[in-house]
Amino acid sequence: MNELQWPELIIFGGLFLLVTVLGFAASRWRAGRTLDHLDEWGLGGRKFGTWITWFLIGGDLYTAYTFVAVPALLFGAGAMGFFAMPYTIIAYPLVFLPLLRLWSVSRSRGYVTPADFVRGRYGSRVLATLVAVTGIVATMPYIALQLVGLESVLRTMGFNAGGLLGHLPLLIAFVILAVYTYQSGLRAPALIAFVKDTLIYVVIIVAVLYLPAKLGGWDSIFSAAEAKFAETESTSDGVLLNPNNQLQYATLALGSALALFLYPHAATGVLASRGRNVLKRNMSALPAYSVLLGLLALLGFAAVAAGTEALTNAATGRVDTNTIMPKLFDDMFPSWFAGIAFAAIGIGALVPAAIMSIAAANLWTRNVYKEFLRRDATPAQEAKQAKLASLIVKFGAVAFILFIDPQFSIDLQLIGGVMILQTLPAVAIALYTRWFHVWGLIAGWFVGMFWGLSLLYGIPNPAAGKEHFGGSALALDKLNILGWQPFAGSQVQIYVGIVALVANLVVAAVVTPLARRAKVFNGTDSTEPADYHADEGDKDLRPIASAG
Amino acid sequence: MSVRGGGKGQGLRFSPWNLLLIIPFWILITPIYNREGPALFGMPFFYWFQFVGIAVGVICTATVYRMTRDKPTVPAPGRDLDVDDLDEGSAR
Repeated sequence: MNELQWPELIIFGGLFLLVTVLGFAASRWRAGRTLDHLDEWGLGGRKFGTWITWFLIGGDLYTAYTFVAVPALLFGAGAMGFFAMPYTIIAYPLVFLPLLRLWSVSRSRGYVTPADFVRGRYGSRVLATLVAVTGIVATMPYIALQLVGLESVLRTMGFNAGGLLGHLPLLIAFVILAVYTYQSGLRAPALIAFVKDTLIYVVIIVAVLYLPAKLGGWDSIFSAAEAKFAETESTSDGVLLNPNNQLQYATLALGSALALFLYPHAATGVLASRGRNVLKRNMSALPAYSVLLGLLALLGFAAVAAGTEALTNAATGRVDTNTIMPKLFDDMFPSWFAGIAFAAIGIGALVPAAIMSIAAANLWTRNVYKEFLRRDATPAQEAKQAKLASLIVKFGAVAFILFIDPQFSIDLQLIGGVMILQTLPAVAIALYTRWFHVWGLIAGWFVGMFWGLSLLYGIPNPAAGKEHFGGSALALDKLNILGWQPFAGSQVQIYVGIVALVANLVVAAVVTPLARRAKVFNGTDSTEPADYHADEGDKDLRPIASAG
Repeated sequence: MSVRGGGKGQGLRFSPWNLLLIIPFWILITPIYNREGPALFGMPFFYWFQFVGIAVGVICTATVYRMTRDKPTVPAPGRDLDVDDLDEGSAR
């Protein structure tokens, strides 16, 4: 164990205590008639207005891991790490219209998860189950990553021991989180998000004004970064993109943007809002977080200029680049301010972790438990089941971190992004058209999923000494379609997720006419055109928390 | 589940303003901005240009919101407006 940083710890502990109280108090905040219904526990009563939705979705998408990993990426690789910018720039215009349809149809039919929608749209248990399982599998490592973010802060504050002792603070934080999420449901992260985001905004604005001034301006920060990348042997890093990674930059941004609202936790935040106008306003307001993320990302270069060195994780014995940001704050700021920054990151891990576990629990309950195990479950039984599932999901994530190398979570999250993209045709395209045949969608899912995974498996990362799952950038040279290599010899890189998605769509489009000609049953659509335009205030809207 | 009276809309409703949402995608064309200069506050063009990209995105989504808020749809021809059509998309 390193020396504990007491002032930081006290401030961190005080703020953590504050959000714990908020978490428990949240069960009574804007309470509905009952908490024993997924509309209430899992979606906060479907009545969040513009501000709460902004904090909730912002707290949900811009996670602690993002705030730790993106600057670390710029620190390590340079311009490529800045892909988070185009990603979040295009994400909102991209989802502006489809999200409104998803919200409306879910509101009028009482859907809680994206898989619920697929079930209703196609009447297919197979397709809905595939979507639900993909969602759960993609979300789990994401929760584990929040722990990686939280732990990077705890280790910087001095809890850097090996073995179980080193993980103990993390375990305590998570038990508390699990208990108040169990009790308060989605209201807990919604309320805590106010604290989290206020802290994050304050910390980043101060850091972005203070650090460049202290380090001699952005000029010298970028010069330092350029000097660092010039020294390394690798040709893929640098302050600008090179001819080989520009396509990767654009496709990774596009793929990530397409995937963003397919993630169950993002959908949860959206469905919890009160109406269409709330969402529309948020599509313009959420980019405020992107500004923050961009500025924070640049602090990765500030860390280069400041000569920050990452900690060696005592549990794994490797240098942990994710500690770059916390270390920078630790080195450059008085300890009380570093304490606030650490609390911002730490609490920033709790909010998304809570929402993700609720989203995974909703999926389990609605699309596995109610679908296969207990078809006549009452709303109260559903809520009970979801609460239990949220506990199991969280402890599963902790076990991931405790017993398996954290690197594994990072790899899995990378894989998760490619996986969740494969639900795009069944969820996002189905919002507009039922042109694809249900068996076309299923076939496309299988092809996209397995091809995507095998491509990821084949990507090495020599720098990290890994033979497989070394990243998401595929050299076009390696693209091999049943023996045909259309781009042999090209070193230009592309994001695997996009390649797999294209394969998915092509297969779905080919199988669809075949299935139609063979007159295979295409499921029953239980939604109506008007459902996709429902809004708050419609006089015959489905009551919230109604039975069945 | 009640069937909404009269089916108040077609499957797809489109406003030309929605086309504005395509503009922010220019940020995917990296050759436009993958360069050092001109720098701003010591920041290479590559970096500050993308902050401008955020502003462009916000202007586009905000414009679409404002312009589609009060007249969300082209009403289906030959059908009486019901009260839902008048409510649709209005703030409250």
